[in-house]
Amino acid sequence: MTVPDRTGSVGRSYPRLDGSAKVRGQAVYADDIALPRMLHCKILRAQAPHARILSIDASAARRLPGVVAIITGRDLPIRFGILPVSQDEAALEEHKVRYVGDPVAAVAAVDEETAAAACEAIEVEYELLTPVMTIEEALKEATDEPIQESFSRRRDNIHRLVSYEFGDLEAGFAAADHVREDVFFFQGNTHLPMEQHSAIASHVDGRLTLWSSTQVVHYVHRALSRVLELPMNRIRVIGAVHGGGFGGKTDPFAHEIVVGKLAMLTGRPVKCTLTREEVFYAHRGRHPTLLWYRTGVTRDGRITAMHLRTALDGGAYGSYGAASVFYTGTLQTVTYDIPAYKFEGVRVYTNKAPCGPKRGHGTPQGRFGIELHLEKIAHELGLDPVEVKRRNFVKPFSRTVNWLRVTSCGLEECTAKVLEASGYAQRERRTGHGMGFAISAYMSGAGTAIYWNDMPHSEVQVKVDRTGATVYCGAMDIGQGSDMVLAQIAAEELGIEPRDVRLVTADTDLTPVDLGSYSSRVTFMAGNAALEAARKMRALLVEAVADRMGVADLEEIDVGGGRIGEFSFEEACVIATTRFGALSTTGSYKPPRIGGPFKGSGVGPSPAYSYSAAVVDVEADPRTGIVTVGKVWIAHDIGRSINPLLVVGQVEGGVYMGLGEALMEEQEYRKGLHKWPSMLEYKSPTFLDTPPIETFLVETIDPEGPYGAKEAGQGPLLPVIPAVNAAVFDALGVWVDETPITPEKVLRALDAKAKGKPPRHGPRSFPAVPYGEPIRVDPPARDDLRVGAELEAAFGQTPGAH
Amino acid sequence: MLRLPRLRYLRPASAQEAATVAEDLGTRAMLVAGGTDLFPNLKRRQFDPEILIQVPSLPGIVKEAGGFSLGATVTLAQAAADPGLQVFLPGFAEAAGLVSSPPLRNAGTLGGNLCVDTRCNYYNQSHEWRKSIGFCLKKDGEICLVAPGSPRCWAVSSSDTAPVALVLGATVELTGPEGSRMIPASALYRDDGMEYLAKEPYEVLSAIQLPAEPGVRTAYVKLRRRGSIDFPIAGAAVALKLDGDIVVSCRIALSAVASHPLEVPGAGEFLAGKRLDQEAITAAAELAAKPAKPLDNTDLTHFWRKKMVRVVVEQALAAAAARSA
Repeated sequence: MTVPDRTGSVGRSYPRLDGSAKVRGQAVYADDIALPRMLHCKILRAQAPHARILSIDASAARRLPGVVAIITGRDLPIRFGILPVSQDEAALEEHKVRYVGDPVAAVAAVDEETAAAACEAIEVEYELLTPVMTIEEALKEATDEPIQESFSRRRDNIHRLVSYEFGDLEAGFAAADHVREDVFFFQGNTHLPMEQHSAIASHVDGRLTLWSSTQVVHYVHRALSRVLELPMNRIRVIGAVHGGGFGGKTDPFAHEIVVGKLAMLTGRPVKCTLTREEVFYAHRGRHPTLLWYRTGVTRDGRITAMHLRTALDGGAYGSYGAASVFYTGTLQTVTYDIPAYKFEGVRVYTNKAPCGPKRGHGTPQGRFGIELHLEKIAHELGLDPVEVKRRNFVKPFSRTVNWLRVTSCGLEECTAKVLEASGYAQRERRTGHGMGFAISAYMSGAGTAIYWNDMPHSEVQVKVDRTGATVYCGAMDIGQGSDMVLAQIAAEELGIEPRDVRLVTADTDLTPVDLGSYSSRVTFMAGNAALEAARKMRALLVEAVADRMGVADLEEIDVGGGRIGEFSFEEACVIATTRFGALSTTGSYKPPRIGGPFKGSGVGPSPAYSYSAAVVDVEADPRTGIVTVGKVWIAHDIGRSINPLLVVGQVEGGVYMGLGEALMEEQEYRKGLHKWPSMLEYKSPTFLDTPPIETFLVETIDPEGPYGAKEAGQGPLLPVIPAVNAAVFDALGVWVDETPITPEKVLRALDAKAKGKPPRHGPRSFPAVPYGEPIRVDPPARDDLRVGAELEAAFGQTPGAH
Repeated sequence: MLRLPRLRYLRPASAQEAATVAEDLGTRAMLVAGGTDLFPNLKRRQFDPEILIQVPSLPGIVKEAGGFSLGATVTLAQAAADPGLQVFLPGFAEAAGLVSSPPLRNAGTLGGNLCVDTRCNYYNQSHEWRKSIGFCLKKDGEICLVAPGSPRCWAVSSSDTAPVALVLGATVELTGPEGSRMIPASALYRDDGMEYLAKEPYEVLSAIQLPAEPGVRTAYVKLRRRGSIDFPIAGAAVALKLDGDIVVSCRIALSAVASHPLEVPGAGEFLAGKRLDQEAITAAAELAAKPAKPLDNTDLTHFWRKKMVRVVVEQALAAAAARSA
């Protein structure tokens, strides 16, 4: 791909397109929408963690003045779920509840107070079942019945088991000079978007319109169609202005389906906005995860083999969990070269709010473990942990043992940047002060769609007429600034300013299908689709202008600065419309097949990986155990920065969120309930708890990204968390082998050290899990970069799975 | 969203009228000043009054002979920023400035903070949450969920300004239907998570008198998870009088370790006549921490909070000593 000169809009910092509207309070979020005759919906939620529903009596509630409709599970019997393999949710549960917060009934009333009073008046009779609240309990045979009683073929609460062996593990361990085992625990935490989920539905003339605070209008569209039994052509889903997702609004949710149903039943618009407490129950956040590592290394710290076991506490439903379990292990190989790798993972059901994708989706847990594990290996060998990590860095343009294809890779550059800027090597060494270093990688969009199809992942249309240019894209700007990126790409190609490009996004009636704003995919995938569509449009404009100018060689027509050839862009639009009639071009993007020849190879491949490195500086008080972060230096390999201002914003947001996970955030349960479902008691950092962050952008110009760009939304969170733990070790000589690092855990680790025990606080053992025989996969040739049909053709000649 | 219950809202013209109305209405009504604590609690149905009685605007901060008189509706932001308090009673100003966050200090009042409801993470929850767990003694339930074997409620006194008022020997003015009475701030509180105020429910806390004795140095240290917004999980207020580096008198009170602001006279008395060196500070802090009995009903663990009481007391003593008299 040719890289354009930097005189256009690509590579320049522009503030967000909607920044002014948001600051002035003009942005219309889903909850701000009010339609004539609108009803308000409240959802009655389970008040027991695990129980059979014996009866629901809504008769008293129905009699309350102002109550218009009440529905229960009987009205919405079709189950759904984001993944085809996990259709285990109901919009309203009819027979059983699986966590405190599970939706049971819904009321539409003239106002929210009446709807809430009606919920209170609904009598639900429960038969209590034994709640399962931990991974260990979930692995045992269920006391009365499994949580997902009809989706489980097992007597325990295991949801998913995966087991793979890539390369010859035994030979790898045999070649090791040193083998070490460690156990870690990563606590669950939640997204905490500022905006609560909200949806409003209207059913008019047989057509349902839903405005929602969602990250993926297409997935909501599919779920509504399935559960409400309406063809997709009768449903329109519009993404309202978005107040933050971080993965938490990527599933279709009960309230979206419920307002659709209630709008159909009542003939009136119906709105449901979750309370903050309900957002904690909707959850889909970070899986609490136990990790066990066993790694062999040579004397100089080179990895010869690694065996990783993970156990994920999934909560009550599947959500993205079947993918999440893979992600705890799959991406370990795209940062460190692991010649032989065994990965076993299990996800269990528990009676808690369902876990799913949160920024980093499954990879922060594995990243946390591997970084600390390598630190410990280095210390044991008497080597510098940074040096040990560096020795094992993957090479750019190589293939990993589990068949993932690495292309551009700025790990070394990122590492050099943060080490130099932080003065890591010359850091002040005194008790209580420390620095920690860690790296990470993340996908620029998943290589495989979550439901099987061979269609593009992104489709974009560009329309030009006498009024100017418009881009139509199904992806939703969820605050990351993707609208501006799309505008910049179109503007770059059409030679105009981004603000002169109109954007229509995330509206299933108006915009072509896009798989949405998650998986760090919009810039890469929708961006590539926009690039293709805009280039086609540019060609039409240039052709028409050249024709009008009487120029034969199209190369002679300059595009830029609001001009095409000797005409203004607006004049060029008129000339081209006159010449060709209506002007509309399309672009689409589908990642090539990258995964290897084995079942399950679809999770992990991405057309490009971003890379990050971070150094965190801490003060850790040995008396109180309080850890204060002084500064974070982070370098991120963005491929190419289309809008540096937005990229730095994404990086800083990731760092902030990572620090919260490292030091404070806990989705904790007590007596079967979420312990603190409120923004006051669930501790997440404030401005005052956020240190200075110095960001460096490294540009490696990825061969497949639009203008060479890769992702920034998720990767930069990942190194921050283990870097904090490593810094605490640097400061105090003790390990906290779990998140979050609370002051008490630091004191417990210091206490252990003082008593001559291993200087750590964290899990002591990993439970026995019936992982089963692994799928054994021969590694690819490590320099084989073939993809798509070429790769598939090669499967016949490679040993592949056996 | 969580909504306030439907309420009648009364705006009497004076504190005395407010008290008169409150007495008439009994448990149907509650007094409200800034509302920063009461409104969220009402949304969670921790109270169910039908009527709110607004405490009317009362006099501001007045420097008097021997101290300060502050109307109860002085906002926490005003108290924190008051130049007179900052000079003469910096510990009080800093306690006011450490409550919650800037927007809430702009609305929240001194009287509200002194009377702030005791807190417990089994209690400061929505109605639905409390219903799920089976309610607690403090509201709608039969037992204390923190200490199920105990006959009493263990909700935690969470005022930052109350312990400073105690160590200063402050008096508060309570206005009733018949007029006002003055009581020592220490007599305002009871060691009971439910009935934590020793005043008639209808009495309006209308003013607080803070003595500013020459030579008394004050400090307040607050422990909380974050730099803003959080209630205290341990706190120490100190009023210290020195002659050179010899302690003439010292009063210490703790926040957030009991159902009332807890003065620890033994620790202060121990220091009297001693040189205020590190050894004395450590020993006093040890004594001060003894009666603190944090339970598992706030942020972080009670084991750790118990350990931290010593730390905040030491820090408060050191901070007070470092202040100019």
